[in-house]
Parts: sequence; C-alpha cells; structure tokens
Amino acid sequence: MTIAVVDYGVGNLFSIKNALERIGARPTLITEPESLTAFEGVVVPGVGSFGGCMRQLSRFEGVLRRALDEGTPILGICVGMQVLFDGSEESPEEGLGWISGDVIRLPDSVLVPQMGWNTLSIKKETEILEGISDEDFFYFVHSYACVPEDRSVLAATTEYGLEIAAAVSRDNLFAVQFHPEKSGVEGLNILENFVRFARC
Amino acid sequence: MLARRIIPCLDCDLAVPLGRVVKGIEFKQIRYAGVPWELATRYYEEGADEIVFLDITASSDRRETMFNVIRATAKNVFIPLAVGGGIKSLDDVRSVFKAGADKVTVNTTALKRPGIISEIAEEYGSQACVVAIDAKRRDGPGDGRISVPTPKGESWFECSFYGGREFAGVDAVAWAMEAEELGAGEILLTSMDRDGTYDGFDLPLTGAVCERVRIPVIASGGCGNAEHIFEVFSKTGASAALAASIFHYGEWGVHEVKRYLSDRGIHVRL
Repeated sequence: MTIAVVDYGVGNLFSIKNALERIGARPTLITEPESLTAFEGVVVPGVGSFGGCMRQLSRFEGVLRRALDEGTPILGICVGMQVLFDGSEESPEEGLGWISGDVIRLPDSVLVPQMGWNTLSIKKETEILEGISDEDFFYFVHSYACVPEDRSVLAATTEYGLEIAAAVSRDNLFAVQFHPEKSGVEGLNILENFVRFARC
Repeated sequence: MLARRIIPCLDCDLAVPLGRVVKGIEFKQIRYAGVPWELATRYYEEGADEIVFLDITASSDRRETMFNVIRATAKNVFIPLAVGGGIKSLDDVRSVFKAGADKVTVNTTALKRPGIISEIAEEYGSQACVVAIDAKRRDGPGDGRISVPTPKGESWFECSFYGGREFAGVDAVAWAMEAEELGAGEILLTSMDRDGTYDGFDLPLTGAVCERVRIPVIASGGCGNAEHIFEVFSKTGASAALAASIFHYGEWGVHEVKRYLSDRGIHVRL
C-alpha cells in the first residue's frame, strides 16, 4: 500500500510517516512534483503559515490537481487543509481553491492558537470518520479556521470560540484541521480509514 | 470544548546511551526514574496529552543521544512531543524537529537572545515554540517589576538562567508577556520554589502570568497529587498542568489523575 506524503519543505514529516507506518501503510516522502505518480493515496501535510505553505506547495499544484481529477484519494492535514480553500486572512497568497470559501482568524474571545484536545461534532457520514464518535478527542494546533461556502462538505466541526470546520470531505478529497498523527489511537484510526479507502 | 491537558515531564540525563529520566527537588537532589522512551510510551498508553523531554545535562556532545531518545519515542508515541534543554541555536532547533519533535522549548537561550523566539515562530510556526520560564519568588515589592500578591505578601518573580544556576534580575511575569509578543505559542511556567516539593503549584505566579498573556500557559513545579492539578485548573487559567515525580514514582497514573479531575467537573480527555 503506497501513500505519497508531499514533502514540500515545511515542517517535520517524521510524525506522519511514523503514524502511517504504524498502521501498515508504506509512506513515501515526495520532494519533486514529477515523482507524484501512481500512488494509491496522497497526504498533504502543512505547518507554519498559509503563505509559506502555498509558496512552497505551488510547484505541486498541477500534479496534485491531476491526482484529484483522476480520483486519487487526497488527505489534507492542518494547514494542508487550509490551502485547499480560496485564501486566508493570514497571508495574501491565493490558495488552491478546490473548496470554495476562506480561512479566517480565530476570534479574540479565545486563546490563540487553539492548542490541545477537542471533541468533534460529526455532521455527515464520511469514509475517514468511520468508527469515530462525538466523544473522541483530537489534537488541534491552529490560529486560523476554514469556512466553506458549501456547508455540505462539512464532515465534522469542533467548538472553539465559534463552530470550526474540523473535517471536510467531497468525493475523493478529505481534509482535517486537527493532527491525526498526533491524536493517539483515534487519530491512527482516521489514517487507517483513509488508507483503507485509498486501497479500494 | 477544549480539554485541559496533563503533561508528564521527563527530565533526561543523557550520560548513558539511551538516556535516563531523573527528577530533582528544587532543581537539586537527583533521583533515577527510568528509561525515557519507555516511560514516555507508558504515559502515552495511560492517556497523557503530550510529553515533554528536558535535557538537563544540556551538553552539546550528548545531542546525538537526545535525538535517539526522540526517535525511539516518536515510533511508539502518537501525541505531541516537546523537547528542550540546551537549545542554543536555530540549528539545534532544526535538528530536534528533524528527529521527530513537534515543539521545542527554549529557556536560557531565549533570555539571552530573545530574537530566537521569532526565528523559531517564523520557520515552524508559533505553535512549535514554547518558552520555558523557571521563576523564583523574591519577597518584597521588586522595584518596578510586576508585583504579585502571595501569602507571603507582595512578591515578584525572577527568571533563572541555566536551570537555576544564575540570576540576572529579569522579571518572569514581564518576560512571559514579552515572549508572547515575540511569537511564543505557549509558556511553560515552572516555579523553582515548588519544583519537586509535592507542595502544589504556585497559584499566585501561575495566575499572574495567565492573566497577562493570551497564549496557553502550562503550570509546572510542585505537583504532588491530583488535588493540586484540580486546584491549579479551578483557580487559574492554566491550559495544562505538567508533573513529573507523581507519575515517575508510581503515586498516580495519568488516567487516574484525569478520572479524578473529570469527576470534579474539569474537562479533560479521557
């Protein structure tokens, strides 16, 4: 089972690689766009700022778009979820725009970043949330939150100052604001769901 | 709703190949507790929300040992790992992340060169930059420093450098505020007076910092039982509580602490 992890030069991919290995997948770190071919699934991680990620990720935009159109399951994580949207209050760079909507700053009424474990409110059935319940906690670290225009993409939300998109899905495109690779057993379950879906 | 976090802290002596966890009292009287990655794995399985490794030897020739500790831990532990102690440069920061850490904690280096906070925040994001402050209570009004009411009257808190070995008159509460301005994502606030004593967290200190910053504060130093954690969560805005001795020496399990807190209305991840 080969899963590509897009290594576009931001942050440490050690955790996501370790977590995928733990659930029996064979992750490959992809550093060049031309290497992103014939994978059963693609993980787009992301840490740091929206603009920083987009600047580095832009050279992968074409191959990722092709993978998406060909039906390859794609999973965005944290800023890797935010870049799927049109743009962010954090940076002037444009996002990939695969999901309509913007990324906004968390409100001043709460400590920013949201850092820690929060529960989900599941909005629809989707492959990656199979077996996950509203009582399970996931590890969030973020200062900005995605606001999809079309709420039908919302798979789960979490409450932090306002209702935040925690997971979105549309066909073969999935994304989570939290870090499944840092969310204990339940996080590993989500990665396992993704890998299982990618295998079908 | 966001849960309050319980963070076991592993002070690591790296003089042996895989390191060893030790714990002192008020930064002295060191006692052996176990092998770092084994203890970390146990705490993960018991429900710890995060793990902190502090290299108390902090010597550059033992850096490789710390990387081995992080790597061995990251293979088994799927919660955030923060690593600190002896981080002197952005290069040190990079290699700690490369070994598998999710956050770094900086202390003396940040006091001496505050710019490193912004550099870490820019490269890895604020969330990856924890500023650790070791604070020592000084009685009296403190002459222009932020005065904190304590049971012993008006006090101020002084930052220590080099794990308690040096002081330079820096106001710990003001430093926490400055660290936030510079881009710190979190403050790890240790009371040197309480560390290892089992007397409970320093509530006036913790409260004073929580009231003045808008980033999460991890209360540390003095945890002797679950009641102390209940106290710091119910009386201050601390987002997390860090403890070492009570977990290392088997007095309390992580799950047991969380059950205790949950029964008393504190929102924790169970």
